[in-house]
Amino acid sequence: MTEDIASLPIVRPEHPEEDPLLDLNPHLVADWLVKFLQDECVRKRGISRAVIGLSGGVDSAVTTYLCARAFAPENTFVFRMPYTISSPESFAHAQLVIDELGLPDRTIDITAMADGYLTQFEDDASATRIGNVCARCRMIVLFDQSAKLRALPIGTGNKTERMFGYFTWHADDAPPINPLGDLYKTQVWRLAEHLGVPEVIIQKPPTADLVKGQTDEGDFGISYRRADRILCRLLAGWTPEQLIEFGFDKNDVEIVRRRVATTHWKRHLPTVAMLSDSAINEFYLRPVDY
Amino acid sequence: MGGAQPYRAGKLPAVRFTAAAVQIAPQKGDVAANLGRIADAAIRSSSEGADLVVFPETSTSGYFLQGGVADAALTTDSLAGELSGRLRELTRPLDVILGFYERADEGFYNSAAHLACTASGCEVVHLHRKFFLPTYGVFDEERFVTRGGHIGSYRCRFGDFAILICEDIWHSISATIAALSGAEALVAISASPARGFAGDNIENLERYERLLRSISEEHGVWTINSMLVGFEGGKGFTGGSMIVDPLGRVVARGPTAQEHMLMAEVDMNEVARARAASPLLSDLKCSTLEIIRLLKAAAREE
Repeated sequence: MTEDIASLPIVRPEHPEEDPLLDLNPHLVADWLVKFLQDECVRKRGISRAVIGLSGGVDSAVTTYLCARAFAPENTFVFRMPYTISSPESFAHAQLVIDELGLPDRTIDITAMADGYLTQFEDDASATRIGNVCARCRMIVLFDQSAKLRALPIGTGNKTERMFGYFTWHADDAPPINPLGDLYKTQVWRLAEHLGVPEVIIQKPPTADLVKGQTDEGDFGISYRRADRILCRLLAGWTPEQLIEFGFDKNDVEIVRRRVATTHWKRHLPTVAMLSDSAINEFYLRPVDY
Repeated sequence: MGGAQPYRAGKLPAVRFTAAAVQIAPQKGDVAANLGRIADAAIRSSSEGADLVVFPETSTSGYFLQGGVADAALTTDSLAGELSGRLRELTRPLDVILGFYERADEGFYNSAAHLACTASGCEVVHLHRKFFLPTYGVFDEERFVTRGGHIGSYRCRFGDFAILICEDIWHSISATIAALSGAEALVAISASPARGFAGDNIENLERYERLLRSISEEHGVWTINSMLVGFEGGKGFTGGSMIVDPLGRVVARGPTAQEHMLMAEVDMNEVARARAASPLLSDLKCSTLEIIRLLKAAAREE
């Protein structure tokens, strides 16, 4: 080999710490989501107030920051809805957001509401069932407060938990407007950093806060960062075999695949028996904003 | 000059005119309200000096209608009639190109009409029916509208034009056919829902810029592009309309995701100058018959 060829500089693709498939420009996304909120709520529905359940986690914090930009802080009404076993830390983290943005807030303890059913009729309910009852109580509060305040409830679910079915059907997913639902959890963290969400909220392990010490990642058996790298490729058409061949752990791939494959029903409206050629959403097709 | 077309008799002298491209967010399915806003914007564009005003794909109704296409579709004659009644305040001629869902005897189309309008009415100059109907992912057009059957140029008072709608633009062969058939200006209208937020700008809008600039510089044509804005069921249309000169330079650009009226001077003399400097279209014309032979062979091989 000649010396000039031997010393030819080589350029290779960079391997950034973040997965390029999950890359996003947080400035561009934030601007777009603010426009989305304004367009869907104000232009389309004539409603310029938002109601959000503020849990102390990163998803509802990011949603709140976006709404404060879209509608102004004074029109962004946040509600803390603790149950008897909710973590005081979550409550305190929500306070950081309230103080930082100067938001109108209210705390509505749902213990009496949930226990009116649970302790009276179902005192041996499992943690999962209690969690579902709480989520559905919170949904009732948010929708009623929205009616009272002439506001729209804004959803906070991200794409990872939607794809994993990690939510309570017709509860967390019920609000008519959701700005984060097409962003993976990893991307929500990026957006949170850009928006200035308090660091402690971004850094803490995500939790549904239903059982002491519970974390989302503990429930899944895989971290969000590893799951998102697999998930985004599954959705782009990679097969599990290709993912394993690429270098992902076989168990991780199976966790993600199974979560997605067993929860399609949660991403749809109820199954309706079709009897005619004008069945709604089968033959009779009109978009949601028609 | 084996495959070159003969001299085209009656060619108009090159003119200069002012073009406007209006980015609007239609009210979903409310055709009367949208026609009112389109007419108001047309009159405003004329008062600002426009000779031609271009509105986006499906600007009379919004894009994602599903079965609502049947409710919102207009015949071309009724579209011309509806606009005629709303443009009586025009003080000088104005050509209007706009996208709409078309009702025809044989079905529905995603179409664009070129109307020559004055205070006394609008006449149809040309109708283009979208040739490439996206039916994948978020798009479902072929379920609700019928594929158009023609791409080609037509003559208007500014010169030889062609209209392309959205996916028509994404196939380089559409612009090639339009340019080969004589078009010196392409009107490219679109409703493009934003996706891809990793880069400096929205990914499909960046793609549009590459496409439009590439079309203009390859064929030496003006490209006048008008993009829908507004959100429909969470899907936000990009805006970012562009007017591109025959050298492939963006001479005017609209903002992203905001209603806007974009205006630029269009000098059709630029076409001849660009084509003299870069005679790619002439080279293509000389090879047309060979290219047709190759296309037929490629289709047979498939």
